[in-house]
Amino acid sequence: MGKDIREDIAWAKINRDVMKSLENPRRLYWVILFAAMMVFSVGVGCEIYQYSTGMGVANMNNPHMWGLYIATFIFWIGMSHSGTLLSAILHLMHADWRKPIYRFAEAMTTFSLMTAGLFVAVHLGRVWQIYYSLPYPNERGIWPNFQSPLLWDAMAIFTYLSSSVIFLYIGSIPDFAIARDNIHPGWRKKLYSILALGWEGTDRQWRNFRVTYLTVACFLIPLAVSVHSIVASDFAMSQQPGWHVTSFPPYFVAGALYSGCAAIITLFIILRYVFKFEEYMTLPILRKTVRLTFAIAMVWTYLNCIEFASVWYSHDQVAKDVLIQKATGPYAPFWWAMIFCGSVVPFAMMVKKWQVNIPIMFAVSLLLNVGMWLERWMIVAPTYSHGYYPWTWDHDQWPSMIQWGIVFGSFGWFTLLFMVFCKIVPSVSMYEVKEMVYHRSQATKKKQLGVEGAH
Amino acid sequence: MSVSNLLENWSKFRHNHPVEDKDHVDWEAYPSDIKWAMAIDLDACTGCNACSVACYAENNLPVVGKEKYSHGQEMHWMRIERYWGEENGEFVADQGAQFLPMMCQHCEAAPCETVCPVGATNHTEDGLNSQIYNRCIGSRYCSANCPFKVRYFNWYNYPEQENAWPAPMEQQLNPDLTVRTKGVMEKCTFCKQRTYAARNTARTEGREVADGEVQTACQQACPTGAISFGNLHDPQSRVAKQWAQQGVDITKEKQDKDVKKGEDEQKAGLRGYRILEDLRPYPSVMYLERVRESALERVRGSAE
Repeated sequence: MGKDIREDIAWAKINRDVMKSLENPRRLYWVILFAAMMVFSVGVGCEIYQYSTGMGVANMNNPHMWGLYIATFIFWIGMSHSGTLLSAILHLMHADWRKPIYRFAEAMTTFSLMTAGLFVAVHLGRVWQIYYSLPYPNERGIWPNFQSPLLWDAMAIFTYLSSSVIFLYIGSIPDFAIARDNIHPGWRKKLYSILALGWEGTDRQWRNFRVTYLTVACFLIPLAVSVHSIVASDFAMSQQPGWHVTSFPPYFVAGALYSGCAAIITLFIILRYVFKFEEYMTLPILRKTVRLTFAIAMVWTYLNCIEFASVWYSHDQVAKDVLIQKATGPYAPFWWAMIFCGSVVPFAMMVKKWQVNIPIMFAVSLLLNVGMWLERWMIVAPTYSHGYYPWTWDHDQWPSMIQWGIVFGSFGWFTLLFMVFCKIVPSVSMYEVKEMVYHRSQATKKKQLGVEGAH
Repeated sequence: MSVSNLLENWSKFRHNHPVEDKDHVDWEAYPSDIKWAMAIDLDACTGCNACSVACYAENNLPVVGKEKYSHGQEMHWMRIERYWGEENGEFVADQGAQFLPMMCQHCEAAPCETVCPVGATNHTEDGLNSQIYNRCIGSRYCSANCPFKVRYFNWYNYPEQENAWPAPMEQQLNPDLTVRTKGVMEKCTFCKQRTYAARNTARTEGREVADGEVQTACQQACPTGAISFGNLHDPQSRVAKQWAQQGVDITKEKQDKDVKKGEDEQKAGLRGYRILEDLRPYPSVMYLERVRESALERVRGSAE
């Protein structure tokens, strides 16, 4: 296996290469940006129609009160977890191969949370009253219901979003300073001067920076675990068969890391090509990410089996019926597709040759995320079609094109935010790559000296 | 508005429901001297749907039309469900279809109430599960957690955009309650406009609400008198007598008719039960099982 990064890259070259991504990406960048805008405008159009007509156009009905919106909401929340995994957890574990890729993973965290937040609004029947769910002081003395998992959800997501924005920003300060010093004069130079907060790279600044970064990283890890556990409690705290599962919080967190890692692979491949980052997003780093993803895929598969087993041993006939219905009922094709994409496809990542084969890994990472999206849908929908009450059993409802359109549009929104971000903020952390190159070359030198010394 | 205000209100927010780990209702601790409840005799129900129609008229329910009905978006607070017996995987018409009038069960420990993020659905002191339309933001979590699926969502703006009551039909709307706008949840209220009117009249006249003074619209319309409605707190009311006769208590999660099957002769003929009791929502509606051949056999069997 080759080295994660060339040890003889000059620091000036790192600056130059990364700054170039802010200036002239390949033409594909503009194609992606335009396509994302188009996709997003489809979603906006659907939402305008739904807003003015009513939720009925989404084709939901009495038992099927939650649909693709909630499923996709969980999907995007899940997507946000890998950023924290890469930047905070691996930072604490001193896994330095994360350094060239963590910045965009963190951006992914922030933007997928923002996308998830949209789905809360899209889902609500009266989105114009959304502020009722916030504990704001008012003269009527009315508070939200602190018993409701949805309220915990709102709070957890808000906390996580604000913390991850802070984390992303703090980690970028030295890079903003590099951008300030290297970019041609203009509005962007002014912007970077403000964002860099007067960074000069003095020892004291570095010391404070390290402490702050570490503190926020430590703060973020429990938040990341809690936010998806709380999303899981939306289901686990309810009384419905198929939802009322004790193992849901860890299952959701594992699923979140899984889909997030798969998305990192996808974006890794896109960024590597679009911004010409071949020197930094190297194949050995891809291989490590793929291995990590495979490990998480197996954890997810295991937790999935646990869920089935615990339903089976519970002797709760209604929950069992829901499980059987998932595998044989109207949702069976999607359920089996989820099993295939989530638990079978990852075995392709075991083949060493394929781990660094970009087209194969691109396809695999997309399939994994299809599987994870299906998983969320298979949590939400089948419970409605075969719940406690027999009257609901023949009330199946297929989501309308409006629902599909908004789900589709959300991918455009995410891509749009992400692509704009990559053009404005250095998407490879320059100072950390320099550190990595430095430490690696020092280690090699030491090894050589050691070898020579033995003679 | 302060934290102390919050804590103070919070302690009162979820007042005790009568269950609270006791095996009987503690009426002394109950917040008012009224607990509305219902009993529905399925043996008397003919499935004529008059109750459902009466509910539409009384509660300003929009008639959604054929197309929306086919999407399952109807708004019938009171619905008549049909069931057929099943034998060897085939439906058999064992003495015809069986009917079940289903509406909000006004659970004493309602699963819908705890999950609403804004507290739009609450318990009233007279034992109703209330819905505050103005407060509802339409997250639909209450319906997701309702075991009976009796909550109906305003998928469209029926009063204005959908023209649910074209002129002059808006003239027949009940002025005692509102029409609901899009994006809010609604459900059976036990005709609260009638119960509150009766309570106000009784208070003005300085007396208790008499049994039979309030009739719900469905009860009034039922040609066979299958539905009875009244104050469970008053042991002399018809509904309380029916509950007591059947051994159904609001705090129970299993029925005598099932528990003592074949053992206790006195309880052999009992028919009272509440739906999905074992989930412990403690519903306020008792159903009387339909007398079928199988049930008769059970009575005969236990008598032998």
